[in-house]
Amino acid sequence: MGKLGTLVLASALALALPLLSRAAEPPGAGAIAPVDWQNWHADNDVSDLASLQRGARNFMNYCEGCHALKYMRYQRMGSDLKIPNSVLQANLVPPGSTALDYISSPMPSADAVTWFGKAPPDLSDMARYKGTNYIYQYLKTFYQDPNSATGSNNLADPNVAMPDVLSDLEGVKQAVFRTVKQPNGQTEQVFDHFATLSPGNMTPEQYDQFVRDTVNFLDYVGEPAQVQRRSMGIWVVLFLLVLTGVAWLLKREYWKDVH
Amino acid sequence: MAADGSDNAYDATRRQAAAQGGFWGWLNKRFPAEHFLRSQALEYYAPKNFNFWYFFGFIAIVVLVIQLVSGIFLTMFYKVGAATAFDSVAYIMREVDYGWLIRYIHSTGASLFFAVIYLHMYRGIMYGSYKAPRELLWLFGMVIYLALMAEAFMGYVLPWGNMSYWAAQVIVNIFGTIPVIGGGLVQWIRGDYGISDATLNRFFALHVVAIPLILLLLVVLHLVALRQVGSNNPDGVEIKAHKDSTGRPIDGIPFHPYYTVKDLVGISAFLTIFALIVFYIPTFGGLFLEHANFTPADPISTPPEITPSWYFTPYYAILRAVPNKSVGALLLLISVLAYFFLPWLDRSPVKSIRYRGWVFKTFFGLFTLSFVGLMYLGMQPAQGIYVVLSRILAVPYFAFFVLMPLYSRLDPVKPVPDRVTFHG
Repeated sequence: MGKLGTLVLASALALALPLLSRAAEPPGAGAIAPVDWQNWHADNDVSDLASLQRGARNFMNYCEGCHALKYMRYQRMGSDLKIPNSVLQANLVPPGSTALDYISSPMPSADAVTWFGKAPPDLSDMARYKGTNYIYQYLKTFYQDPNSATGSNNLADPNVAMPDVLSDLEGVKQAVFRTVKQPNGQTEQVFDHFATLSPGNMTPEQYDQFVRDTVNFLDYVGEPAQVQRRSMGIWVVLFLLVLTGVAWLLKREYWKDVH
Repeated sequence: MAADGSDNAYDATRRQAAAQGGFWGWLNKRFPAEHFLRSQALEYYAPKNFNFWYFFGFIAIVVLVIQLVSGIFLTMFYKVGAATAFDSVAYIMREVDYGWLIRYIHSTGASLFFAVIYLHMYRGIMYGSYKAPRELLWLFGMVIYLALMAEAFMGYVLPWGNMSYWAAQVIVNIFGTIPVIGGGLVQWIRGDYGISDATLNRFFALHVVAIPLILLLLVVLHLVALRQVGSNNPDGVEIKAHKDSTGRPIDGIPFHPYYTVKDLVGISAFLTIFALIVFYIPTFGGLFLEHANFTPADPISTPPEITPSWYFTPYYAILRAVPNKSVGALLLLISVLAYFFLPWLDRSPVKSIRYRGWVFKTFFGLFTLSFVGLMYLGMQPAQGIYVVLSRILAVPYFAFFVLMPLYSRLDPVKPVPDRVTFHG
């Protein structure tokens, strides 16, 4: 952490002190309500093309440095998301790659293992593997943790190797824990809420939209055919319902003489 | 054979058909086409009182065909091998035209195959379809069920996701609990010291060639046995006991057109449900396609919970309910094989549940509850209350079979009507 970072941190801590003291109070009137992050829902909509385009932009700007989408080609993404070819070539396809290539990351995984202890996972199937709600919660529950090697930690994935790379946008948060007494007399630290140490470039609403769009994009990447699947299904089901009806009428006609 | 079972009638049908002019006559001089249609459909008499439960045999055959056809197309793109399998499935889902549709049809078909077979077996138990003279028909059906279990398990391993890998590990290791030969047997099955590329390759061979061939043969045997003894029905009375002057069963109707049009209704309704799943809930909340299988096989990272597919979980719950692994595996084996002995365990004079007494109905009801309960428990973590409940539910499950020779004899049965009941 540079000099500036230390300064920011110190001032942020000073700002956060009143919040911390408030957190020590029992929840009630005036206290911040405990954050129920485990029940946060991504509520994304993969048919929202504008959101997917923003998500693709977010991914290319903030995620692709470390994470690949090794099953997704730039071109497929471009045509599905109605991104004009010129925009795709100019802004999304990195130098040295072509639109037909799979979306890769420039970070060599051997270096990544040295730097982070493990290679950043490929995100092609992440929305299917861990779920969209998980990614949404994950990207919104980073907090500052001086005990961690990366200086940050995460509620959805404790002790994760990934640093809080989006803190420029979201700001730096402090996790405020509250002490809970267990029935057996022992005490436990339970997360209560976040306190902002330093604001980011985005308002909380803007950051929420940023995360939602990114999750939406990863949901699309997890199953690129899902919009087509749902729109096609209606016709198949309607046809089969009609077929069932016709078959039933036919059966009734044939069975008239069975007594 | 013709309706009256005589070979003379067979010859008559053949001669008559061959005497016709045109293509049909030409064909029938060389091939018993008309005879086949008559003996298997037009003049094959089935009881007229089939209800909802009698759809599932036909549906099972349709699902088998769906699995074979979708499987052939998947095989065109799937690349067997530990280094290529997972990527090739991703390729099918993403880049093959309608590959996602073919794969979802195959994965949905696998689960619905079991749903249909379980309903089909349940029908058999409900109406005593395994009782004489249909014991062999039942046994063929049970061997089909075993082959289907092997087929489904090996197919589940092929995508080479992490759940494929670990479920294979757990299920193959069950054989390791067999005393003395267990260790060697497990190694022989895997073809390696662990689940590996060698295991995947042999499972592929068995899944796409060996077991489908066995399944098709068994289905033919099942149908031949069915044609020999005729279908049972919800009343459990033999329609062949009452024939008219021409030798046709009075309570029987020709399979075609009556049951072909009726089965058309059943299969259309079934395919509607099938399509709803394929297009709207293909993973079925993680039951048909598990979330942990969307990450590649990783021998050093165990999924949080290793559970087999939902259709194996009743037996899996029994396995885990026993602290001693060998005894657990033995009980698992018995819990599956018990169905084979039903024709000889059941000493009741009546077939159908309609005319059985409260004793059988109580045992049967508890058996039903225990099967569904164990299915749920087998999906839960093997700890605390879940293990306790599994032990409790295993009791009525086994009691249904073990005590059957006693309670089926003591059961206060009702008088069985002479003819089938039919409310057209």
